[in-house]
Amino acid sequence: MTFDVAIIGAGPAGMQAACDLRARDLSVVVLDEQPAPGGQIWRGVERNCQPGSHLAQGLGAEYRQGADVARSFRASGADYRPLSRVWQIEESGKEATTQSWQVFVTREGQAEVIEARRVLLAIGAQERPVPFPGWTRPGVMTVGAAQILLKSGGLLPEGPVWISGAGPLPLLYAHQLRKLGGQIEGFLDTAPRDTLRRGLPHLNGALRDWKSLVKGLGWQAGIRLSGLRRETGVTQLRAEGGERLERIRWQTPEGEKSAAAGVLLIHEGLVPSVHPTLSLQCEHAWSDTQKSLRPVLDAWGETTRSGLFVAGDAAGIDGAKAALAKGTLAAIGIARSLGVLEDTKARQARAAGDRALSKARAARPLLDSLYPAPEGKISDDTIVCRCEELTAGQIRAAARRGAADPNRVKAETRAGMGPCQGRQCGYTVARLIAEAHDLPRAEVGFHNIRPPLKPVTLGELASLGKAKT
Amino acid sequence: MKARTDLIVIGGGLHGLSAALQSARRGLRVVLLEGAFTGRHASGATAAGVRSLNRAVEELPLSLEAQAQWEDMTTLVGDDCGFHAGGQVQVAMDADAEARIKARIARLEALGMHHECWIGPDRLAELVPVMQPGALGAAYVARDGSADPHRTIRAFRAACLDTGVEILENHTVTWLAREETRWTVVAGGITHVAPTVVNAAGAWGRQIAKLAGDPLDVGIKNSMMIVTERCEPCLGPVISAQNRKLSFKQTADGTFLIGGGVQGRLRPGGGSASVDFGALSGAMSTTLALFPWVADLRLVRAWAGMEAATADLLPVIGPSRRAPGLIHVFGFSGHGFQLVPSVGRVIADLAETGRTRTELSAFDPGRLATNRKAA
Ligand SMILES: Cc1cc2nc3c(=O)[nH]c(=O)nc-3n(C[C@H](O)[C@H](O)[C@H](O)COP(=O)(O)OP(=O)(O)OC[C@H]3O[C@@H](n4cnc5c(N)ncnc54)[C@H](O)[C@@H]3O)c2cc1C
Repeated sequence: MTFDVAIIGAGPAGMQAACDLRARDLSVVVLDEQPAPGGQIWRGVERNCQPGSHLAQGLGAEYRQGADVARSFRASGADYRPLSRVWQIEESGKEATTQSWQVFVTREGQAEVIEARRVLLAIGAQERPVPFPGWTRPGVMTVGAAQILLKSGGLLPEGPVWISGAGPLPLLYAHQLRKLGGQIEGFLDTAPRDTLRRGLPHLNGALRDWKSLVKGLGWQAGIRLSGLRRETGVTQLRAEGGERLERIRWQTPEGEKSAAAGVLLIHEGLVPSVHPTLSLQCEHAWSDTQKSLRPVLDAWGETTRSGLFVAGDAAGIDGAKAALAKGTLAAIGIARSLGVLEDTKARQARAAGDRALSKARAARPLLDSLYPAPEGKISDDTIVCRCEELTAGQIRAAARRGAADPNRVKAETRAGMGPCQGRQCGYTVARLIAEAHDLPRAEVGFHNIRPPLKPVTLGELASLGKAKT
Repeated sequence: MKARTDLIVIGGGLHGLSAALQSARRGLRVVLLEGAFTGRHASGATAAGVRSLNRAVEELPLSLEAQAQWEDMTTLVGDDCGFHAGGQVQVAMDADAEARIKARIARLEALGMHHECWIGPDRLAELVPVMQPGALGAAYVARDGSADPHRTIRAFRAACLDTGVEILENHTVTWLAREETRWTVVAGGITHVAPTVVNAAGAWGRQIAKLAGDPLDVGIKNSMMIVTERCEPCLGPVISAQNRKLSFKQTADGTFLIGGGVQGRLRPGGGSASVDFGALSGAMSTTLALFPWVADLRLVRAWAGMEAATADLLPVIGPSRRAPGLIHVFGFSGHGFQLVPSVGRVIADLAETGRTRTELSAFDPGRLATNRKAA
């Protein structure tokens, strides 16, 4: 059968869009890698919010709200398929009326093609990879990965634990961890010290979302009160040791410091997951405030390829509340493009959605200015491409040898050809190219993304042919 | 401003680079105009099989010349280009395939060409122990093998620069015209003038031919490739199969490269090709029949590369019949990688003297000429 809509991702944006589209009686399939709905922010929310769960208390009220959304989603009548890995999206049929998309997905070792008239990518974000010397050493991981362990098994890291980075997520995680009885040795704040100067111009606008601000201030205060060691203005972080992490070393304006560390959790903000839209050659724009690419969308959430929509953090980092609003808006856009919602009605519906979105986004400019992406010099000995073990020095040399084109550098060095498809190194390579040619980042772009979007075995690929006949 | 030179090469794929290099070695001043960057298209997407096995008879003189050149690549470009003579094997999976291979080898022998030989199942099992038993035998060329395409591009590019070829990347040719005895070629806002132009624009060769007033009937192929995760080295030769779409080999870094001519799709606008996984899936059966253990390997990347293809699958090599001073070298129809060194020699002959000792009649652009008015 051909679904009206295939939604990829069952986080806030995907679940909300599914509910809204089902309310208009459209057939919807929702594909997600995880075993249960919730996405990153509400990972494991159904299980963790069962009566008597101590995790639910520690993870906070905003997390518990996810349980309601998940419940509505379960009841919506959408064909929800968990544990489904989408690894390729292709378009067949040229006309808007006959248009159909083929979504290639693997579930329990069996590959399958799902057909749908419209596709909504609600695939969220990934943590910004920030290479520094030693970042590949066991014992170093991202705050996001640590939080996944917390949400999916209540796993706490074993110390001495250090957190380094900037942004709301490290604060939230530190807060959650403390409430669940975890120990943190110290916090390295990598945001520049002139917080007030950067934040002040955006404070007024952010007050529209004062609840979030109060919550954030609460996390900050909690950290201050807990007595853990806090360092500000941190640069030039290094993770040292043998097989495992043993020591961390960093610079502050006061000089070099170091400490013993067993676990180092890093986080420097999120970037939208753009691999599918890049591989489908949608237009993208460079956001200088978020130092990342995002797909160019029209007012209905549609990409430059008609029939393909994006919602949630995959469209730009704005957080869970905005993701719900974007899910609603995309559902309106999709209903309109399928002809079940006439244009004037769609415009009216959109106005309300736009207001909700703009309120949910109110604090974003403040957050973006408080926690800018780190732009410090990457030392030549730092590994940039983990798959091919290439250093910044090697990429720099290749970047200087010819045109400022990430595809050329990829062909020459293999950076971006490994299993991660440049998810780890892509932005860094582009940044090093821009640096070598003295170009603005926006002009360098990103290397071409080759399928598959997720790992698939040759046996699974072959099973597709069998499923078809 | 007009820049005068002896030879303009359009296209910085391997054929453009090889023609430019070998012409410059004869003392010509050469400018190479590349729309993207060197090796961006077929030459960077290629499986890089160095194969005389199962070549059309018409191509064999050039192919056998190239075979010797690959063994001595360092002399030509200062690097071995990762060439490894692991052999090429074409498996017969049924009696019809066996009969066809044996008939071909007999024809070659009658023409005095002894590069291919038939090997039975035992020898085949010795050569390829990781292959499922059951094949009836194979055609085998020990001197064939494969190379590293990106290393090859780098080496040809570096040799060009050392020899004084001027390489202009991001310079797409948008216009060219013959004025009296010279060509004027516009690319990237610069006008170049030279008596001779080489059309090595690969998939865009027909567009250049048309711009030059010599429309040719040439199509496009979009062959797909798959590369897997790395494994321990276990496979020496490149494996293909008679009557089947298969090309299977292990690269120097341990990955397996699978191709064989399954076709992808041309993207809207025609500027690039995309992968058709439905088609790839169907073509996996041959690979899995011979190498069932690859089923557990992860696919790391898949891509489709664009290349010009002719109806007779023979390339277009030689002077244009209608546009004097224009030399075509494109349309390799999915098997031009191996021919890079020898075809470059032929183009350098033509650029330098207007003649070559190599018989080119089978590759004559005239065979594909379309009516100028209809075009
Ligand atoms: C997937 C695949 C697998 C293959 N496997 C093998 C194999 O195993 N063995 C083998 O022998 N062969 C193989 N081939 C074929 C071989 O790779 C090609 O025949 C060869 O690389 C062609 O080189 P080229 O220089 O003619 O074309 P290309 O490498 O495509 O070069 C043409 C260049 O022209 C440029 N250009 C186009 N228009 C303009 C313009 N207007 N102005 C300026 N520049 C322009 C393009 O950007 C391009 O860089 C394979 C090909 C593919 C696609």
